[in-house]
Amino acid sequence: MDSTILAFLVQDGLTNGAIYALLGLALVLVFAVTRVIFIPQGEFVAYGALTLALLDTGRMPGTALLLLCFGLAAFLLDLWSMRHRPRIGEFSRSVLVNLVLPVAIYGATWILAPMQLNAAVKALLTMAIVAPMGLYVYRIAYRPLADASVLVLLITSVGVHLAMMGLGLVFFGAEGLRARPLSGGSFMLGFLPIPAQALWIYGCTIAAMVGLYVFFEKTLLGKALRATAVNRLGARLVGVRTQLTGGTAFILAATIGAVSGVLIAPITTIYYDTGFLIGLKGFVAAIIGGLASFPVTALAALGVGLVEAFASFFASNFKEIIVFTLIIPVLIWRSLTTDHHEED
Amino acid sequence: MSLLLELRDIRVSYGKAEVLHGVSFGMERGKIVTVIGANGAGKTTLLNAAMGIVPSTGTILYEGAAVPATVEARVAAGMCLVSEKRELFATMSVEDNMELGGFLRSGVERAETLADLYQRFPRLAERRKQLAGTLSGGERQMLALARALMSRPRLLLLDEPSLGLAPRIVAEILGIVSELRMAGVSILLVEQNARAALEIADEAHLMELGEIRRSGPAASMAADPAVVESYLGTGA
Repeated sequence: MDSTILAFLVQDGLTNGAIYALLGLALVLVFAVTRVIFIPQGEFVAYGALTLALLDTGRMPGTALLLLCFGLAAFLLDLWSMRHRPRIGEFSRSVLVNLVLPVAIYGATWILAPMQLNAAVKALLTMAIVAPMGLYVYRIAYRPLADASVLVLLITSVGVHLAMMGLGLVFFGAEGLRARPLSGGSFMLGFLPIPAQALWIYGCTIAAMVGLYVFFEKTLLGKALRATAVNRLGARLVGVRTQLTGGTAFILAATIGAVSGVLIAPITTIYYDTGFLIGLKGFVAAIIGGLASFPVTALAALGVGLVEAFASFFASNFKEIIVFTLIIPVLIWRSLTTDHHEED
Repeated sequence: MSLLLELRDIRVSYGKAEVLHGVSFGMERGKIVTVIGANGAGKTTLLNAAMGIVPSTGTILYEGAAVPATVEARVAAGMCLVSEKRELFATMSVEDNMELGGFLRSGVERAETLADLYQRFPRLAERRKQLAGTLSGGERQMLALARALMSRPRLLLLDEPSLGLAPRIVAEILGIVSELRMAGVSILLVEQNARAALEIADEAHLMELGEIRRSGPAASMAADPAVVESYLGTGA
């Protein structure tokens, strides 16, 4: 292996690692705030990527209709939970969030999809379609289980993952799609060409991390999310509603998923079920970060990306095995070094 | 005048075991009402039921109407519990803890209340950048109390504020509780330290094994031979 190959592998590893870092952060965020191990994180990546790819061809993405269905389901659940105590404020809020919002996004997509939009508008539209799904998934699957054990929430996550993957097949079909890059061309760094898309990925990853940092450190809502992660009962005692922090965490996770999808869609072909494997690599990083540390997760994700890149060069048949094997020594080390807590 | 808080036949069970057997009493506005009793009498459970942390049967009326369903809604309605365990955000700064106490208030109100409370608790002002988990026991109790006051409560539920603290700090905290009453906050105080509680309270209820056994003005309870013998010690 010469230095050119080395440089290519490093660049490839960092590019993928940046995506895994985003997903790892989303997983840590959702787990810390809601105790949900968010296996369906990858589905949001696939939805984002496939939505962008369809918008590229001027077609109406299936996710827009799916968003309407999710919103309707969330609305019906709200109605059901209000059946004993109907309140006008809650009802109108539910109509606005669960019906008006998805219909507005659907309408905007219907108008905008056939136009030849520029890449940034398509990326934003994709995020607008996919991000609210996080809220609806939370409302439909997780909110009724807010007090359940981590294990029950994990099993729910497996169910949501399978359901969303199935819906992906229904709404997108089995064929893979690839989107056009946000901007074409590449830059030369010495002898190494860096595609513009890679720069987008690095830039968006860094921007997302800075954005999350500012959100958690400087805004009251961000602090409320941290407070919920630190002390769930304490947060309720100061009036922070679990539904607010849970919903916010899921919207953020879905947004991060959609961004990852938009970023990755031009560099690899995405199928309805590709998201799971991508999300799982973010999960490896999140586990190395103990599902708690954002910086360790981000660094671990870059490590996962690099290991994957080198594994695909030296032993391409075993690349997934090598990546997922990374988790074993970490789990052994963690089980030896941390005190075991029975789940409360 | 209507009661601020009224509990009617409150029962709480943990599994099959009933630990509160129909507790009823009311409290007026602007009063300090204390519930004293031994460890395990059900005092904490009573406060947790009033706040909605544990499910209960019976009726809870707050400001003359049924109390809101959830903990968060009760906070929004002006109730606030300072738990025996403090329930602080240990890995966040004192200031973040305080700000979150005013989560339901507007930005302006939050800033005003924060400035007021820093004057009342200068120690917390000095340590505003410090993590809550690194404070001493007394400072943590101060922070828990100050964080609760950030929500500008009308009814403060205080669970064992003296627990594990040195006598000087207990006196300081109970002094603050008395001042709060002057400022118009009504207080339901649960204490094992009966002597200290009866000194500052207007009314008292004695709880044993999940039931209220005696009730009356704090001064007469402090003179009641049965209370004196079991809870205040005869030598005092």
